[in-house]
Amino acid sequence: MKYILMMNGKKSDFEGYTRWSKEDLQGNVAFMREFSKELKDSGVFVSSEGLGWPNEARLVRAGSKGEPITDGVFPESKEFLAGYWIVDVESPEQAYAIAARLSQGPGAGGKTGGMSVEVRRVLSSHSDLGL
Amino acid sequence: MNGQTPEITIEPLLRELAPQVLGVVARRFRDFSSAEDAVQEAMLAAFKQWPQEGIPENPRGWLIKVSLRRMTDTMRSEMARRQRETAMATEEVPTIEPAELETDMDPEDTLVLLFMCCHPALSTSSTIALTLRAVGGLTTAEIANAFMVPEATMAQRISRAKQSIKASKVPFRLPTPQERRERLPAVLHVLYLIFSEGYASSIGAHLQRLDLAGEAIRLTRSARALLAEDAEIAGLLALMLLTNARRAARTGPHEELIPLDKQNRSLWDRAEITEGTDLLTLALSKGAVGLYQLQAAIAAVHDEATRPEDTDWPQILALYELLQRVAPSPVVTLNHAIAVAMVHGPERGLERLRALDSDERLAGHYRLDAVRGHLFEMLGDLERAVQHYRTAATKTTSLPEQNYLMTQAARLEEAGKDSNNDSPATE
Repeated sequence: MKYILMMNGKKSDFEGYTRWSKEDLQGNVAFMREFSKELKDSGVFVSSEGLGWPNEARLVRAGSKGEPITDGVFPESKEFLAGYWIVDVESPEQAYAIAARLSQGPGAGGKTGGMSVEVRRVLSSHSDLGL
Repeated sequence: MNGQTPEITIEPLLRELAPQVLGVVARRFRDFSSAEDAVQEAMLAAFKQWPQEGIPENPRGWLIKVSLRRMTDTMRSEMARRQRETAMATEEVPTIEPAELETDMDPEDTLVLLFMCCHPALSTSSTIALTLRAVGGLTTAEIANAFMVPEATMAQRISRAKQSIKASKVPFRLPTPQERRERLPAVLHVLYLIFSEGYASSIGAHLQRLDLAGEAIRLTRSARALLAEDAEIAGLLALMLLTNARRAARTGPHEELIPLDKQNRSLWDRAEITEGTDLLTLALSKGAVGLYQLQAAIAAVHDEATRPEDTDWPQILALYELLQRVAPSPVVTLNHAIAVAMVHGPERGLERLRALDSDERLAGHYRLDAVRGHLFEMLGDLERAVQHYRTAATKTTSLPEQNYLMTQAARLEEAGKDSNNDSPATE
């Protein structure tokens, strides 16, 4: 069963991140690399991507002729996806354990991040045989 | 994929030969893990060379020779490494004379491999992957593709599975009769899971993805040939055939699920139904009726009805009652409730479902709601039916099921008081 692990943050979180110290950034990058390696070594990795900064995010909807109308104004409370990991595991508990590991990533000032990770099931193309 | 390439004939040949070759190499070196790697490399070499150079006269001998060469290379470099570490004198690497190759074959190797792969120490996904590779002769890339994970992830899973087997120190030999009895259910379950994965996800995927249902049938056939005395493996093969027979009818042009009672039954594969029914009849005559034989019998009753209204529901109900005694599970109780509803009316079916409300194994499972939706619909209580279909839609982990359940709810809401019987998507 596949799960997506999503890391979200408000614009202020992203801005805060730009002011992290060099050591904190390096610590975080090293952690993320190690985390990725763990997923791959344990045979659960499916895919992972990091997303561009929220200031480049645009809301797009189609105009009357189908033309794109873009808007970049978001409320302060809006959460943006920073990146995600998709894992293929045996149980939801295994996905939660991986998310908890991710949440232990170091934050600013060398403290454990304690960042929350949103875990959602990825729907399969399967139907239940019902047996 | 292009239908004319030589791989069409090479692939089935390689898949058939893989476990035989692996058996020879693993027995000779008493190292399943390295042997498996060597055979996989030989298979890849064959994939590359045979389309250009033609299939060798003795393809099995060719594969054995190449595998043994790889194996010898691996052992040489392993010894060289050890010598560098210990500065010990040269050890001789055993070389194998080609003359020995053909005498070495043991038809039961496939069975040894199957029991080895379906080892209780392995996780389900590892077991499936390893079985498909070692016994099914599939490449890592094909297995990765079938499960939609990167090839590197699948390779890692297989390699970890092999490490666990190595660590468990299971000898490469036929399991004793007692081990066989204990572990056969696990083997059958793995074969069933491979089938289910392939059958249930056949939607729109025939072109790009490997036919896992077909592979499961092939593996079960070869296991049955070696375990002919076991009625349950025949039952499992019958179940697969009787289910697979409906494959062409179970999805519509937009890949939507079509429930059993709405399927175009002329699309059902008669040859598979006949083969499955014959197998089942033979298995049932041997006594000791098990889980798979009973499920196959239920599938056979469905398959023999020319129209949905011809379905012998009292017979199905009797079979579910037997199944509840032989292999009780909440899913069996669920299906039993549908049969009760079909024979004695929806109120009686709903009564049965109440017993499942407190069952933790089904807590939050969409099928309980889906079946309730169906039974309330039969009862004419459309409002409740809609409610349960919608709840089921939010709980399922399958996209086609979700679409089906949402459509059921929408259809009922639009139908208003016009009751229109339908059944759940599952079969």
